[in-house]
Amino acid sequence: MTVVEVMFALLGVIAVGSAILVVTTQHLVHAALWLVVTLGSVAGCYLLLSAEFVAWVQVLIYIGAVVVLLLFGLMLTRAPIGQSDDLDSPLGQRIAAAVTAASAGAVLVASVVTSFRGERIDLSDDRVAGSTGDVGAAVFRSWVLPFEVLSLLLLAALIGAIVLSRRDVSAGPAGARMGVVDEFGEIAEADGVVR
Amino acid sequence: MPLLMPVVLACLLFAVGIFGVLARRNAILVLMSVELMLNAVNLNLVAFDVYLRDQLLAGQTFTLFVITIAAAEVGLGLAIVLLVYRNRETAQLDDLHQLREDDPGPPDVRDDTRETAAR
Repeated sequence: MTVVEVMFALLGVIAVGSAILVVTTQHLVHAALWLVVTLGSVAGCYLLLSAEFVAWVQVLIYIGAVVVLLLFGLMLTRAPIGQSDDLDSPLGQRIAAAVTAASAGAVLVASVVTSFRGERIDLSDDRVAGSTGDVGAAVFRSWVLPFEVLSLLLLAALIGAIVLSRRDVSAGPAGARMGVVDEFGEIAEADGVVR
Repeated sequence: MPLLMPVVLACLLFAVGIFGVLARRNAILVLMSVELMLNAVNLNLVAFDVYLRDQLLAGQTFTLFVITIAAAEVGLGLAIVLLVYRNRETAQLDDLHQLREDDPGPPDVRDDTRETAAR
C-alpha cells in the first residue's frame, strides 16, 4: 500500500466513524460537530483523489455554510444544549432502520465489489486534473448553461427561504386582499388594498 | 489507488445516511443525514471522474453543482422546519400527524362525515 492509500483508508475510517456518531449521538449540537469531522475527512479524500478545487469548495460551503446554517436551525428551534432523549424514534423503528440501512449498504458494497474489483485509479502522473484552473475552464466552457440555470435555482431558493421565514407575510397585502366577509355576505375589502 | 476504496466508502456513508433519515425524530438531524447521503454521491462522482480521466471534468463539475443544490436544499429545509416550529412548537417529525386518519370507521360513515364537513 502506498502512502496515499494508507491516508485514504484512515480518512475513510474517520469519516464513517464520525458519520455513525452523527446518526447515533444524543447531543444535538454534537451531531452537528461530528458532521464537521465527516465532511472534513471527505474533503481530505477529495484532496487525495487530486480533486483540489472540489475539496476546498467542500470546506468552504459544507463546513463553512451548511453546518453553520444547521447550527442556526438548532439554535432557533431551542435545541437543548445537553443530552436529550427524544432524538431517536422508538426502538422498533430504529431496528427496522438499521436493517434497511445494513441491507442497502450490503447490496451496494457487493455490487460495486463485483463490478470494480481490480480496477485502479492512476494518480501517478503529474497532470492533476482537479486544480482551480481546470475546473474553472470546464465550468465556464462546457457547463456554462447548467451553471446559469443553477444561479436561477439559487435565486428561487433564496426568495423561497425569505418568504417562508418572514413573520408578516400572512398579515400583509396578500392576506388583506382575500378580504373579509361582512354581515351582509359581501366581501369587504381591507383599507390597504383599496388605497 | 484501488477504485474500490472511495466507492466502498461512499456506499458506507450512504448506508449510514439511510439509517439516520429513518431512525431520527428531530427534523434537523434528518437534514444532517441527508447531507451525509449527498456527500456519498459526491465522493462517487469525484472518484469516477478521476478514474475515467474525463476530458470535460463532468464528475467534478457535477459535484460542485450538487454542493450548491445541497446548500439551497438546507436553506429551504431549515426555513420549513422553523416555520413548523413556529406554528407547532415542535421539531419532532413524529408529532406532525395532523393529516393522519386516526380511526377509520366504516366507509359509509366516513362519507357521511365528509359530506357534513363539506356542508
